[in-house]
Amino acid sequence: MQPLEALTRDARALANGAVVLSAPEAEVARQLQICNACRYCEGFCAVFPAMTRRLEFPKADVHFLANLCHNCGACLHACQYAPPHEFAVNVPQAMARVRARTYADYAWPAALGALYRRNGLTLSLAAVAGVTLFLLLAAALNGGLGRVPGAGGFYDLFPHNLLVGLFLPVFAFVVLALGLGVRRFWREVTPVTSGQPVSGPAAAEAADDVLRLTYLDGGHGDGCHNEDDAWTHARRRAHHLTFYGFLLCFAATSVATLYHYLLGWHAPYDLPSLPKLLGVAGGLSLMAGTVALWWLRRRRHPLHGDAAQAPMDLAFIALLFLTAASGLALWLARGTPALAMLLCLHLGAVMALFVTLPYGKFAHGVFRTAALLRHAVERRQPSRLKLGDD
Amino acid sequence: MNTDVLVIGGGNAALCAALMAAEAGARVTLLEAAPRAWRGGNSAHTRNLRCMHDAPQDVLVEAYSEEEYWQDLLKVTGGLTDEKLARLVIRASSACRPWMRRHGVHFQPSLSGALHTARTNAFFMGGGKALVNAYYRSAERLGVQVRYEAPVDRIEIEDGRFVAAWIRDERLTAASCVLAAGGFESNREWLREAWGRNARGEWPADNFLIRGTRYNQGTLLRHLLDDHGADRIGDPTQAHMVAIDARAPLYDGGICTRIDCVSLGVVVNREARRFYDEGEDFWPKRYAIWGRLVAQQPGQIAWSVIDAKAVGRFMPPVFPGTKADSLPELARQLGLDEAAFTQTLDDYNAACRVGTFDHTALDNCHTEGLVPAKTHWARPIDTAPFYGYALKPGVTFTYLGLKTDDSAAVRFAGRRSPNLFVAGEMMAGNVLGKGYTAGVGMSIGTAFGRIAGTQAALAAFRPGAAHAAA
Repeated sequence: MQPLEALTRDARALANGAVVLSAPEAEVARQLQICNACRYCEGFCAVFPAMTRRLEFPKADVHFLANLCHNCGACLHACQYAPPHEFAVNVPQAMARVRARTYADYAWPAALGALYRRNGLTLSLAAVAGVTLFLLLAAALNGGLGRVPGAGGFYDLFPHNLLVGLFLPVFAFVVLALGLGVRRFWREVTPVTSGQPVSGPAAAEAADDVLRLTYLDGGHGDGCHNEDDAWTHARRRAHHLTFYGFLLCFAATSVATLYHYLLGWHAPYDLPSLPKLLGVAGGLSLMAGTVALWWLRRRRHPLHGDAAQAPMDLAFIALLFLTAASGLALWLARGTPALAMLLCLHLGAVMALFVTLPYGKFAHGVFRTAALLRHAVERRQPSRLKLGDD
Repeated sequence: MNTDVLVIGGGNAALCAALMAAEAGARVTLLEAAPRAWRGGNSAHTRNLRCMHDAPQDVLVEAYSEEEYWQDLLKVTGGLTDEKLARLVIRASSACRPWMRRHGVHFQPSLSGALHTARTNAFFMGGGKALVNAYYRSAERLGVQVRYEAPVDRIEIEDGRFVAAWIRDERLTAASCVLAAGGFESNREWLREAWGRNARGEWPADNFLIRGTRYNQGTLLRHLLDDHGADRIGDPTQAHMVAIDARAPLYDGGICTRIDCVSLGVVVNREARRFYDEGEDFWPKRYAIWGRLVAQQPGQIAWSVIDAKAVGRFMPPVFPGTKADSLPELARQLGLDEAAFTQTLDDYNAACRVGTFDHTALDNCHTEGLVPAKTHWARPIDTAPFYGYALKPGVTFTYLGLKTDDSAAVRFAGRRSPNLFVAGEMMAGNVLGKGYTAGVGMSIGTAFGRIAGTQAALAAFRPGAAHAAA
């Protein structure tokens, strides 16, 4: 399409009140028009069955499908129209480019959506700021970092209530920002995904798809792609290690909170207490998962995904790893002079991770879950189309 | 000589041959003319395998007996087939899928928009390129030496026995050889020569598009036929040829360039006249004749015209149609004579006898007193917006090939070569003299690829054994 032609078309569309697609969205729409006339990839994942219910791909549909895509690579390696074919179909890459923009577009508050654009930098600055904050606090409260904390453990350094006062508002903000962001997404895609409410079976199916990462299994159970056209379970397992590691760490903190407030049992906890067991298992799993993700990412096929997102991905992986590693190091360094320094590092990393959760790679899990849920709802509705061959 | 079996070609038939020979213990080298990114020939554009089965099988519903399969083949070829070889292919199709799975091919149920094939065709998950990828991976695991950008120009044959193949100045010897290098559909000059000049003074083949690979130049086919006098089968103008979107690329447009709305509207030629019953039968049963129908029209072009009522009832086309709010405007946009076009449409609309429209059945909507008639799904084209899609003939593959038998051996003056075999498009004409039915090309390629690989391994190990085994 000639640029002038495109401009004229857009101007006309605007005048008619239509929503004009951005360049990455228009690219997804172009590619899906080709895919919809081919359909060979229907068995791989949720994206293609969802596509076949549509003849056109307006903005909301593109946003929905982009977030449904798991970037598994199956459709790229199987594609007869992939580069060097002149149709240059690379659905995972086109979807990834739109996806990154949807996180920014739906972010709450909207102004902070800009943080996605320089996300690697954002996360790095947040990490430095977080650690600095705790170093300064430690200095102010204790006059230095050399002191070995006594029986009270790190509450000697940072009183419990101070930590609660710092983290609780941040956590509340994270929940609110992510919740409002994903709510905006949900409201946009619901009308184009049948508009029906979520049913029990749909919710159960989506939960299953999220918890097992169904769509990284290739549709045949042999896995997805990483460096080439061979199938591998490595990416799925690395995600599981990371995801469940994160959840275990979160569970450790939650159990500890209950111990603290309900039972009056105060930290530190040591083995074989439940918070410690959960925390150690979670920390190790998170470390293994993030290292595996980083290693797989280095070997990823160059046509997979969107290279521009590398800083976002790597910064998130690094911050998760730092959080887990510093948390485990804290335990190993208990009773030594290094503890205070490690504690500042750990708390700083956790603070940076939480503050940036709504504006970084973490969002992919939340938006994809929402998209899977809408897909589970939509696919239970009869299709509006009546293609002759069906 | 460190190759027992040389396989020339890199698509499904070649890979099946290479895998079977390697499984039999032969040292195999496979020569693919294309670069790696374009490997697999037309197989990369395929999507399924027509399979005989006596009971439901994983992705296949109900049953599809040998006899029904044979009757289907007999019908589409109009008898231009070899019953013995056709039945061999049919039986092989019922037993080959576990082997395909072992080499990494996954199957999926019939695609949406192709449910009419749920009983007869097993679809490859991800299509033919996924199958080709799986076979190459498996071949490499089995130690097959794969060379890309290795187009063989000629081969040495002594007394019907393969001696060596040449890639430019490089000579490769082997104990036996499988030819599976495709038809000649990508060779524009050969197509031009085969189709010749028509009564209007046109060279029809100049307006054909090639749906598949650009690498099937037919170099070896011509070399075998002309230079070595190998026994031939088939007519060079016979091919799998369908009507596709005229805007499709010259090569590799593949499946997505098909236009599925023909039976829902009318088709006119450059003179804005209809020329064939668009509603003769379901489109999947008729699309393969429309390539030749369009090839016979002036300029080898035609336009499928539908109205708003058809939208959403056919597989979405890859390129948007030309859209207009009135029929005269559509004629102008399509570059057709406005008066003639309007007349054709008016005549058609007036002749429609609309009963109960049902595009999923052979319904009773038809025309009366119109030539040619439209026998089903005839509804007036009267609801704006109107859409037009330009159609051109799209060649999938040609049927001219090397004559063979149940041993897949190449024949010279009626005698089998002891160590030169053929599979895939280079011999599909033995089974398909004309016409086509979905998925049968892959059935032929798989059956004969596997036979050729086995026979080539046998010939390599025990020179002279191929005869006995066959």
